Amino acid sequence: MATTGTEELSGIGSDEGASGDGVRRRDFIEIAAVSAAGVGALATLVPLVSQMAPSKDVLAESTTELDVSAIETGQAIKAVFRKQPVFVRNLTPAEIEAANAVDVGSLRDPQTLAERTKEGHENWLITMGVCTHLGCVPLGAAEGEPRGEFGGYFCPCHGSHYDTAARIRKGPAPLNLEVPEYTFTTDTTVVIG
Amino acid sequence: MSFPWAKNYEPVNPVMRFFDEKLPLPRFVYNAVGAGYPVPRNLSYLWNFGVLAGFCLVLQIVTGVILAMHYAANAGVAFNSVEHIMRDVNWGWLMRYAHANGASFFFVVIYIHIFRGFFYSSYKAPREMIWLIGVVIFLLMMATAFMGYVLPWGQMSFWGAKVITGLFGAIPFVGEPLQVWLLGGFAPDNAALNRFFSLHFLLPFVIAGAVILHIWALHIPGSSNPTGVEVKTESDTLPFHPYFTAKDGFGLGVFLIIYMAFVFFLPNYLGHPDNYIPANPLSTPAHIVPEWYFWPFYAILRAFTGDLTIPLLGIQIIPAKLLGVLAMFSAILVWFFLPWLDKSPVRSGHYRPLFRKFFWFGLIPTMLVLFWCGGAPAEEPYVMLSQLATAYYFAHFLIILPIISSIERPERLPSSITEAVLGTDKPATAAA
Ligand code: HEM
Ligand code: FES
Repeated sequence: MATTGTEELSGIGSDEGASGDGVRRRDFIEIAAVSAAGVGALATLVPLVSQMAPSKDVLAESTTELDVSAIETGQAIKAVFRKQPVFVRNLTPAEIEAANAVDVGSLRDPQTLAERTKEGHENWLITMGVCTHLGCVPLGAAEGEPRGEFGGYFCPCHGSHYDTAARIRKGPAPLNLEVPEYTFTTDTTVVIG
Repeated sequence: MSFPWAKNYEPVNPVMRFFDEKLPLPRFVYNAVGAGYPVPRNLSYLWNFGVLAGFCLVLQIVTGVILAMHYAANAGVAFNSVEHIMRDVNWGWLMRYAHANGASFFFVVIYIHIFRGFFYSSYKAPREMIWLIGVVIFLLMMATAFMGYVLPWGQMSFWGAKVITGLFGAIPFVGEPLQVWLLGGFAPDNAALNRFFSLHFLLPFVIAGAVILHIWALHIPGSSNPTGVEVKTESDTLPFHPYFTAKDGFGLGVFLIIYMAFVFFLPNYLGHPDNYIPANPLSTPAHIVPEWYFWPFYAILRAFTGDLTIPLLGIQIIPAKLLGVLAMFSAILVWFFLPWLDKSPVRSGHYRPLFRKFFWFGLIPTMLVLFWCGGAPAEEPYVMLSQLATAYYFAHFLIILPIISSIERPERLPSSITEAVLGTDKPATAAA
């Protein structure tokens, strides 16, 4: 017949190639092609999403070294770690005693002072200066700032009070001030991060 | 779609005829906002606010694109570049004040537009889709305005960014990594500022797209009206042009007088003075407040001071911080469900005695209390007041509205818009 060309073409995509259960041989190649394209499309999400994460220069600033020899008992300083404030406080014996006198079970975020400091350096309370409520910088590290009802830190934003172990005692914050990873490399040098 | 009596576009000018044949844009405009679009004859001034919102969007895009020509999105220089716009760029002060106050007035307009919708139940069938798109536009506006406020990189910019991205940190498990990912760092910094600028530039155009869908959806059933009675005959309508182009033009004039009074005479009244202090990551302002248009929602966020626990056992289910975040987002998400929460067949509050009372003496005072508490420090009595108002707010939408719509006896509705306007169903013929 002279019209074979069109007739063969019109057979494509019709059910002629289908076996009894309605599955065509061509289905396989269609599903495989769409799946491969789908996997490829999903893979492009990886760079699109991860470009938003901290870049290498931001991550490179992720340790801070501090000399704490100048901080007298009862004093505190604010340092910067990952562009956020860190409080380094040299606790007085009275403050340590006050922190240890608290019934840990009664705390919102139960932790002892010992768990929040390093052995042999129990007088050094090193915490992030970032309120665990919504991230304000609490007051109390600098001279003359209010230290709240529990003698530690006070966040003025929504009124969170922290005690002398920087544990949350009153107000909306859910957790104690975070203790960052740090080590004493010498008796007076701390590396945070 | 339009009503069968809508006038057809007949170009008289040969240039327009040529144009219309090749690309029917003139026809499109004529049918959308011209004489070819019949609208209810009784639309009040409350129906001006849609056009005003559109005007504000154009205003923000024009002034914003100009600001972007002079602004530098870099944490080291952003603050100074805004001062450079204010002091050195020709007319830069006008562009910035027009943009900053334009954002405020955009929200004034949109709040009136939304509350018009609440009172006249504009969300009811057949206009649900218009309403849903509207709520999406409002959410996009909030995101845009929030990111815009970060750009000048003052103290409120920085701390606002910190507090708002901190909200995401409340989400269990993924919260903290999500927050770091959003900021591109551990605190707001250059990475965050740059992406906020990019998105602040983009989102208004996304809003413009959503506005097109909003109006497209509106033109299918056409505008509702103060009686809530649907259009029945030609005498219920008037062509949009010249009747409502004139009415909207007048409203625009009034709007511009008030807006310009702020731009020229009170340009910083609606802003916060702390935003003229450069961002300082080590010192929090004594009292962080968002821009005024976020106050009601900020009050809801802060109303949750206690954790949700299982009584007696003391097992914490949801911490207070997360509760506040969920409530704040739900306060807007609940609007999505309004078409199905308010089942009364009558639309307009004018014919719903009980609904009207709860609107004027329940919802409106509640919004004002939330607004006032959101701008106040987190102390008593504001905390208690926000808690009461938050409780009423949710009760209004989730409990009171459904109950009202089943027990209320609406007043008698006019049989048509024409009757409501003329006191008779017969179209006016002779001089009326
Ligand atoms: C939905 C529309 C928009 C809203 C609600 C909005 C809102 C805002 C707000 C609240 C600010 C802070 C103003 C201040 O305190 O200085 C701002 C700043 C800015 N916006 Fe927009 N904006 C919109 C559209 C745009 C567009 C389309 C662009 C650019 C294409 C733009 C570019 C800028 C720039 C460069 C700044 C920083 C300069 C400044 O702070 O004055 N905006 N925007
Ligand atoms: S951020 Fe500190 S109490 Fe809210």
